[in-house]
Amino acid sequence: MNDQSRNIRGSSNFSARNLWSGFLFGVGFVAFFDEAVFHQLLHWHHFYDQSTTSAGLVSDGFFHAFSWFATVGGLFLFADLRRRQELVRKKWLGGILLGAGVFQLYDGVIQHKVMRLHQIRYVENVWLYDLVWNISAVLMIIVGAVLATRAKKGDRDA
Amino acid sequence: MLPVQKRVIEMHNEHHMQMTLSASPWLAVPFIIVLSLYVWAAFRSRRRKAWPASRTALWIAGVLCSLAAVMGPVAQKAHTDFVAHMTVHLLLGMLAPLFLALAAPMTLFLRTLPVQQARLLSRLLQSRPLLFITNPAAALVLNIGGLWLLYTTSLYTLMQENVLAHVFVHLHVFLAGYVFTASILCIDPAPFRRRFRFRAAVLLLALAGHSILSKFLYAHPPAGVSSIQAEAGSMLMYYGGDAVDLVLVIFLCSQWFHAARPRKAARPTTTLS
Repeated sequence: MNDQSRNIRGSSNFSARNLWSGFLFGVGFVAFFDEAVFHQLLHWHHFYDQSTTSAGLVSDGFFHAFSWFATVGGLFLFADLRRRQELVRKKWLGGILLGAGVFQLYDGVIQHKVMRLHQIRYVENVWLYDLVWNISAVLMIIVGAVLATRAKKGDRDA
Repeated sequence: MLPVQKRVIEMHNEHHMQMTLSASPWLAVPFIIVLSLYVWAAFRSRRRKAWPASRTALWIAGVLCSLAAVMGPVAQKAHTDFVAHMTVHLLLGMLAPLFLALAAPMTLFLRTLPVQQARLLSRLLQSRPLLFITNPAAALVLNIGGLWLLYTTSLYTLMQENVLAHVFVHLHVFLAGYVFTASILCIDPAPFRRRFRFRAAVLLLALAGHSILSKFLYAHPPAGVSSIQAEAGSMLMYYGGDAVDLVLVIFLCSQWFHAARPRKAARPTTTLS
């Protein structure tokens, strides 16, 4: 039954869904990691910074809301791919790294620096933290893009 | 502090106490009525087909959350303490509505009432004003817009001083919260069941509006609230709101997961070879 429905619907549909599922989960995971590790455990990030612009507050609110949706929605899409036996693990992992990298780069450049939401850590040489933060974001994007483009339909999990 | 000032403050506090005593029984009454109605309906409905006990339990939990918000120690403290006020807000406007909406009250009433009355109820649900406010977008504005009004205008002070304003704000917070939650979850039958994407977009806006307002309150406390209380209260609002909204997101996505399941029977063309 599955082979037939696959032929009819065409796999391109689910190939995109693999990437999206990973991308959304990646965005959600990085946002969750940011909140859990940098806000709650290390206390490097601050809940509110007096120099935050109102655009920063709005952007933060929307990304915060979106990240919950992304985490939950990405995982439901993952479950959907599995029940259809359409999961391409490599593509999904690539999507995760892409999503995580894109969000981290946005957070590190636009939200931290342009909108001054809060700094990574309240220390003198914060530029060093920014550098590590953004370079790791770019690395995730590159590795994610490579993984996602190299993944083939044949890699589909049984 | 001058003795006169002290006396004025004491009088002020006494005034608060009296007001709380006079306002809370009235706010508790509707909740006790709907609790009895639901339990009666669930009991009566047993004759035909048992009404799930889990739904009744959800309804009871929702009523208990509401009662904890309008009477008892937390409600008393909420008059002078912003953190307690925020606890009331979360219980009455978010957690109680979630439990109550999951209890599917309209489904229960429609199947328990005699046909004539059930028709009347369903006509009422389809009346213009109700159709308007049960649209998720309108419910969003009533819900989150109402909160912005409450905390950024003098309404917050008025609510602490005037019994009528107090009752009105609490009823609004509860009703707006319930209508919003029910319009997102769509567990009860609705004349228009909105598309998943639309409901997801509205819930996203609500979540964003709620978290922006909480961070805004961190830096801009309502009149009469100290910055220490505002900081603690706004963080409770931010993370507490997150917890309830996360449950809503999970329910909404699981509805999509169920609706999007692959179906064999619905695809007669699968004989293609």
